[in-house]
Amino acid sequence: MVRLPACIALALVAFASPLSAQAPPAPPPAAPAGAEPPPLEVDIVGGISAPMPIAIPVMPTPASASTPAGETAALGRQVAEIVAADLKSSGLFNPSGPGGLPPVAFPQVAAPDFAIWSGTGAQALVQGFVQANGDGKLTVGCYLYDTAAKSELTRQGFVVAPALWRRAAHKCADMVYARLTGEGPYFDSRVVYVSETGPKSRRIKRLAIMDQDGASHRFLTNGQAIVLTPRFAPNQQTIVYMSYVGDKPRAYVYDIGSGRQRLLVSQPYMTFAPRFSPDGRWVIFSMSVNGNTDIYRVAAAGGEPQRLTNAPGIDTGGSYSPDGRRIVFESDRGGSQQLYLMDADGANQHRISFGAGTYATPVWSPRGDLIAFTRIGGGGFRIGIIAPDGGGEKILTEAWQDEGPSWSPNGRVIMFFRTAQGSGRADLWSVDLTGVNERRIPTPLDGSDPAWSPLLP
Amino acid sequence: MNKTRLSLIAATAALALTAGCARKAPKNLPPPPMTSGEAGQGSETGGTGADAGSVGQTSLTGARADFMRAVPSDRIFFGTDEYGIDDQDRRTLDAQAAWLLAHPAIAVTIEGHCDERGTREYNLALGDRRANAAKNYLAAKGVPALRMTTISWGKEKPVALGSTEDAWAQNRRAVTIVPQ
Repeated sequence: MVRLPACIALALVAFASPLSAQAPPAPPPAAPAGAEPPPLEVDIVGGISAPMPIAIPVMPTPASASTPAGETAALGRQVAEIVAADLKSSGLFNPSGPGGLPPVAFPQVAAPDFAIWSGTGAQALVQGFVQANGDGKLTVGCYLYDTAAKSELTRQGFVVAPALWRRAAHKCADMVYARLTGEGPYFDSRVVYVSETGPKSRRIKRLAIMDQDGASHRFLTNGQAIVLTPRFAPNQQTIVYMSYVGDKPRAYVYDIGSGRQRLLVSQPYMTFAPRFSPDGRWVIFSMSVNGNTDIYRVAAAGGEPQRLTNAPGIDTGGSYSPDGRRIVFESDRGGSQQLYLMDADGANQHRISFGAGTYATPVWSPRGDLIAFTRIGGGGFRIGIIAPDGGGEKILTEAWQDEGPSWSPNGRVIMFFRTAQGSGRADLWSVDLTGVNERRIPTPLDGSDPAWSPLLP
Repeated sequence: MNKTRLSLIAATAALALTAGCARKAPKNLPPPPMTSGEAGQGSETGGTGADAGSVGQTSLTGARADFMRAVPSDRIFFGTDEYGIDDQDRRTLDAQAAWLLAHPAIAVTIEGHCDERGTREYNLALGDRRANAAKNYLAAKGVPALRMTTISWGKEKPVALGSTEDAWAQNRRAVTIVPQ
């Protein structure tokens, strides 16, 4: 039922060969020595005074050609639009274009007229081209320039099947973001979440998957059973989630490509809160036995579950550190929900959260430096971050009910869901680590339980 | 935290209907659920059948209707984040246990539910606690554990839809579901 390319043919190529005949002129030699301007950089963590102005004109095509994704000339505009939208969504850039900017002739892609671009106030310039190759694929070229220094900062070419042209645009935006911020890329990634509709007492909940910007949306389950808390495997082709199919709440392993799924474990108890280990070899999950909930782990390939916690109370919400050696989880063993750490084998369990209120849904950043959580107290549910040693706690959002954080692949943005008071309707939001750049993620219906994928290969 | 007791419309309506059928002598008379003083909010409706004939034309048969007539409520309620059984819960569960012991062929499902003011996974576990609290009480009263299945719905199936203390109090519940 679900169609997904089994093998995503997206390759990074050097520019020299694929562009032989119509290759843009070689870039000019490096800027003359002596007059070196300060490097163009974006500070992502500190206080951002103003987003960096960046110009993104329409990407020309060497020869307009018809492809299954449309004319290459039209794609040149659409790719530039996606690059601009990605960079804007980060909150770190103020893109202009592609609309309203002067056209770029194909030979100018590698030899920009810097006088024009610095005149627009743009500090950086993204140019590129879209070319139909003889083998039916597209090449999207992506160039980043410093307009003040009049120099090229980086370039990459992406060869892609026409159906995956959006991914080439995200890769281009990732190249720009990574070069200018020094952070890892994250735009070429996806989100699996729970699409919701219907009255509050009988919500219809379906698994759905989409690109991180909301494009390429499709449903994975039909809504006959309530589904909750999907999470990606590191390979991005497998999802663990919880379903009430047959009125038996159990964790399942779901293969996106084949649409097949299987029970995570065969025990006759509720299993939930599943999450993969960073190497994909294990799944940790919670199991409730006669009212007591503990965290277990099981080999992702199947097998006998191994119990990791045994304190009386509710231990749930486990999440591995990126090196796979530790697990953060929530427990009410001390009387209220708090965050705890333990080794991957369950040893050395200790509490790390001590603020007022209660703490839930910890998720370890893929960078390892922070743990995101939901904090309950003062009449609200808020998304926060804390260091693994319990220091540096910071609350990022303010609303009636924000819940369920998930990290971007670079560990610099958090997606979560926000539930409205009264109606109970939920939608997806993202927030950066400053807490300033908060954005709603577009979904066709309501949405909850988002999980961000790793960066696509 | 206060345990809010609510006169549930559904339960009251069921009692009103069954009050009218009481004279039709159901096949299996359940044991008296409790003394009149203990009956809780539904007792007046259940005890006065004098003028209920006007609504008593429908003959309710089947296990669930019989159960609903015999017990003060099919559900017990909990305080925020709590899963303990208090005196009023005991009266309800005692009546449920008596009915279940009188109907040894019937297996039930006990649902645990939470209000919306908890995180999703914690509420799944808390709902499991609540369902098991009811189950364990019934088991202690002699109902074989094998006849009782528990399921937690967390915050997924509220019955009261507002975001108010009253609504949350109605949603923090364990419900004994007897088959139709």
